[in-house]
Amino acid sequence: MNQKRKIRVLVAKPGLDGHDRGSRIIARAYRDAGFEVVYSGLHQTPEEVVQAAIQEDVDMIGLSSLAGAHMYLFPRVLELLKEKGADDIVVCGGGIFPEEDIPKLKKIGIKEIFTPGTPLGAVVNWVEENVKPRS
Amino acid sequence: MSIAEKIISGDIRSVARLIRDIDDNVPGARKVLKDLYPSTGRAYVVGITGAPGVGKSTLVDQMVTHLRGAGKTVGVLAVDPTSPFSGGAILGDRVRMQRHSMDEGVFIRSMATRGYFGGITQSTRSAIDVLDAMGKDCIIVETVGVGQDEIDIVQSAHTTIIVLVPGMGDDIQALKAGILEIGDIFVINKDDREGADRTVNDIRLMIEMDEKRYKDGWKPPILTAQAVFDKGVKEILDEIEKHHKHLQSSAQIQSLRNYEKARNDLSEMIKDKIIHNVLDEIIQSGEFEKSLQLILKGEIDPYTACDTIVSKKLKPGNK
Repeated sequence: MNQKRKIRVLVAKPGLDGHDRGSRIIARAYRDAGFEVVYSGLHQTPEEVVQAAIQEDVDMIGLSSLAGAHMYLFPRVLELLKEKGADDIVVCGGGIFPEEDIPKLKKIGIKEIFTPGTPLGAVVNWVEENVKPRS
Repeated sequence: MSIAEKIISGDIRSVARLIRDIDDNVPGARKVLKDLYPSTGRAYVVGITGAPGVGKSTLVDQMVTHLRGAGKTVGVLAVDPTSPFSGGAILGDRVRMQRHSMDEGVFIRSMATRGYFGGITQSTRSAIDVLDAMGKDCIIVETVGVGQDEIDIVQSAHTTIIVLVPGMGDDIQALKAGILEIGDIFVINKDDREGADRTVNDIRLMIEMDEKRYKDGWKPPILTAQAVFDKGVKEILDEIEKHHKHLQSSAQIQSLRNYEKARNDLSEMIKDKIIHNVLDEIIQSGEFEKSLQLILKGEIDPYTACDTIVSKKLKPGNK
């Protein structure tokens, strides 16, 4: 049977932020959309996130951040991906971000930021349109 | 360097990518597996199986710590179920093992069953080969949370550990066939819970009644543990070591196991390939859809349709 490649996503919470309800809901939505979601849980260092992403050969990393440390954690993840030659992995973020930080994050390579109120369907559509399984 | 050479030299990205290509049935993956095959056969494979929620991932996490302490490199394949409705999956075993993700001696990979019912995935056998060729001393395969008869892990593992928790049914449950027949080692996890002694006795009774299983001289030990507190884990690893020695102790046991494994691997591979290729062709040629329509109209029954399609395929001169 001809199999279309499934999208593999890593949903990770870097840093000390313990609010994981959003990331669990997103993980479920991704599963319902047919993706394989590696859920790596709370309190991940950027190093752990990148290592998991590489071992799991994911197409995208979804970083969840609600505690304000995104301006350190997100760039660090991008840096490490580049170091390891894995910067083809798409990185996006979800959670709470001050308005002025969003363009800064996009400038350094975060593909999209999803803030509260974004419908789940919109997030899933975005992934389907912007993230292709590695060919 | 070819992909196989990169994998043998331990390159994580190549390993990760190949496992995914195998999962997705990418044509080039097979060639790499052939190239890697001569480098396999060294790793010791341990299967961990049991019902959902008994503590398999937590146990694996602790086992990895002990194995690393003993200087062994470890590969982990953790299987979770694919949703039969969406085809997606949440692979959440890794959560319990993330402290090992930065250890270069450990490779953890999550896999989804994708509709395969044996407790592991269709690609697990090959993924084990890849981690073996990569140089991992020990490979732990954590099955999906199983019920009573998902026992494919036995064919791929040297030692299979069944994990139970107290209070999961009475002694009649223990008499039933299935996963309780395949364990080399039994672990009653969460042994602080009520009913632990009773569960130990139930399993002991079941083992005592099953004399024919001691044919090759290994009587499955029953251990208790609290994996989350690292209690009993060292003892489990000691028993794995004992089982390993037992398997090596007799050339007869070795050759019987090798024969069984090779026979199973080859027949599964042939089955998979035939289904994959032949069904594809039948669907592509339109035969399948035509027959479906006839069945739905009531003009033909599915047994006849099947026989017709298959005998056409198997006629000499057909590819």
